Amino acid sequence: MTFFYLAPWIVFFPVIGLLVNMIFGGRFSEKVIGTVASLASGLAFVCSVLLAYSLTGHPEAFRWTIGEWIHIGTLQLDWTFRVDTLSTTMMLVVSGVGTLIHIYAIGYMHEDVRFKSDLKRFRRFFVFLNLFIAAMMILVGGDSYLMLFVGWEGVGLCSFLLIGFWYEMDTLARPSWANSNAAKKAMIANRIGDFGFLIASFLMFWAFHSLQFDQVFQQAPAIAASNPGLITAITLFLLLGVTGKSAQIPLFVWLPDAMAGPTPVSALIHAATMVTAGVYLIARSAALYVTVPAAQFIVAMVGALTAIFAATIAVGQYDIKKVLAYSTISQLGFMVAGVGMGAFAAGMFHLVTHAFFKALLFLSAGSVILGMERGHHHLAHHKGHDEHGDPHEEVFDPNDMRNMGGLRKTMPVTFWVYLIGALALAGIFPFAGFWSKDEILANAQQGGFTAVYWLLAIAAFFTAFYMGRQIWMVFFGEPRHEAAAHAEESPKVVTVPLMVLAALSVVGGALNLPGVETLTKWLEHTVEFIKPSEFIMSVALISTALALIAIFISWLLYGRKPLKAGEVDPLKKMLGPIFTGMERRWFVDEGYKALFIDRYVDIARFTADVIDWKFWHDWFHEKVIAGTYNWLSNVMLNRYADQRGIDGFFNGLGEWTKNAAAGLRRFQNGFVRSYALFVLIGVVAILGYLLFK
Amino acid sequence: MVPVSYYVALSAILFTIGALGVLIRRNPLIIFMSIELMLNAANLAMVAFARIYTVLEGQIFVFFVMTVAAAEVAVGLALIVAIFRTKHSINIDEMNSLKG
Repeated sequence: MTFFYLAPWIVFFPVIGLLVNMIFGGRFSEKVIGTVASLASGLAFVCSVLLAYSLTGHPEAFRWTIGEWIHIGTLQLDWTFRVDTLSTTMMLVVSGVGTLIHIYAIGYMHEDVRFKSDLKRFRRFFVFLNLFIAAMMILVGGDSYLMLFVGWEGVGLCSFLLIGFWYEMDTLARPSWANSNAAKKAMIANRIGDFGFLIASFLMFWAFHSLQFDQVFQQAPAIAASNPGLITAITLFLLLGVTGKSAQIPLFVWLPDAMAGPTPVSALIHAATMVTAGVYLIARSAALYVTVPAAQFIVAMVGALTAIFAATIAVGQYDIKKVLAYSTISQLGFMVAGVGMGAFAAGMFHLVTHAFFKALLFLSAGSVILGMERGHHHLAHHKGHDEHGDPHEEVFDPNDMRNMGGLRKTMPVTFWVYLIGALALAGIFPFAGFWSKDEILANAQQGGFTAVYWLLAIAAFFTAFYMGRQIWMVFFGEPRHEAAAHAEESPKVVTVPLMVLAALSVVGGALNLPGVETLTKWLEHTVEFIKPSEFIMSVALISTALALIAIFISWLLYGRKPLKAGEVDPLKKMLGPIFTGMERRWFVDEGYKALFIDRYVDIARFTADVIDWKFWHDWFHEKVIAGTYNWLSNVMLNRYADQRGIDGFFNGLGEWTKNAAAGLRRFQNGFVRSYALFVLIGVVAILGYLLFK
Repeated sequence: MVPVSYYVALSAILFTIGALGVLIRRNPLIIFMSIELMLNAANLAMVAFARIYTVLEGQIFVFFVMTVAAAEVAVGLALIVAIFRTKHSINIDEMNSLKG
């Protein structure tokens, strides 16, 4: 029994959910709004499961068209959903993790200090979340590059809307445009990537006369043989799109700022699903990438460099979400390196497990932030302060790990799930991250990508270190702020999704165990270029040893002698300027500002001052146009030109018309019979002409 | 059988009489009759040719022409009555209020 006819419903359900909330949401309570949105996402998940089930007996791609789109000449594009093993894998991750995050968000948004019981904001949040699920489903379910692009832009829009969700305040609820600026930054960085995607699509249409996946991939080997440069260009422009959406070097700068959005958004869009769209795009375009090894090498190097670069920055961050943000960039680097090397199954495997544990980590971080806020609130209340708006109240940042400490005792559930997520991310046996990260490393070793292998191994070392640092700083030692001492555990609606994700982070590795390789065999039906990968014991041992050493070092620095309030980070004392570099993100943002943004401002200023004002206004408008008109009107005012020339011409025209009218008037004598005579004469004349011409 | 040229000649004569009637007479009723004469001249030509070429369309068309002519007369007579009521005359040369 197959359920392929359900394919469009993965988009329709979220759309129905958002329409219901948009139209009737005004009368709903928070719970109803949240339930409608979660149900919409949950039904999309049920559809995805049924589609995946249908594929088990029917593994070749199934295409379901719901409408015509563009039919121009040879370009034939429809609204077609493509159900194959690759797309359903993504659908399951998006809707599954998405549903859990929807449920979590009901509890989280209610407690967010910025929320202040504004029901309209609450509804808007869930409308945006459902819109995101719908757009992401179009992205992964599309059957052509253009439909993929529609989803690609749709998720970009949702990302923009949700980063700037609290657009009129910063993360500490003070009036500011910081969040709007972060949203704009994400939008602009993604525009640069989308430009690459579009150019790649144009080249593809030029080379293949189609954008439909099958038609493009069929022709790929032939075109690669005759014109390899063209395919290289297409794949590298696609890579530019990937660096934008999946936050790789050089366009990764938007993702850390995107943490300005509410935490469920960081988990859903900026960790688990949207940012992996680039990895999906490369896996989807496997047939193009395998024909050009040079491009594959560049992709793998970009991924590996991003992995290590972002991992070093994560070490120097104090904001709990910023650590995770750089960790996400780093892990995306792993995935991009994986699919870049041609290890498509390994990359997709890491995408899936990363979705589990990174969503878990972000949501737990959200739970920690809520706990800190509760502690802070409790204190403010206790001391008899005004709850909000006391100008003398010190600015308290619930995201800052230097304010935390000892949360293990006050938030036990959050601590345990966080620990599971951290171990999975650090790649400790037998958690999910161990298997997937190891498969990428083994593929790098096997495929002869030695540089990539070592970069990734060192990145994995840093990963384990910064996660160890975070665990020790947040959950162990003594509270460094009174708020941390009074932190409280989160309610069930928040912790239950965490436990589900924690369970998935533990067993997620079972998806693709060495020897069994369920996911590899599953994806093989779609991506023919997947090679079964070996389990290399030495690789596994080296990475595990590196992770354990890193955790041990982090214990030496942060666990043995816990940080005291106001104390400088021990790593800063040891590394000095290097740590400052890590803390300040290696000054990439400053560099971009000096290199691009200031230059852009210079150009804009030049355009405004010199081109627009001096050239266009002062010279062209004032001198050329106004001067010419002045001269011309002076000439025209001249007695001869005006009175003789112009007046004469128009008066003459009037006279002539008058005379002509007087002559023609005589025919209009009012006698019906004379009109009839003219008709007769006319008919006879025409007939005579026709007969005797 | 009468040759078709006879019919056509008769039709042409009737048409000419009708056309001259329209141009010369001043009584609208007579003008109407002249118009009918022209229409029937055309009908005559039409049935004559239909007969010669043994096609039915010409004959059918004549019925349409007759129907339209009847409708036209009805409208025309109504107009004449209306004009008579306002001007108390139906002399065609007095109907010249649109003169330029």
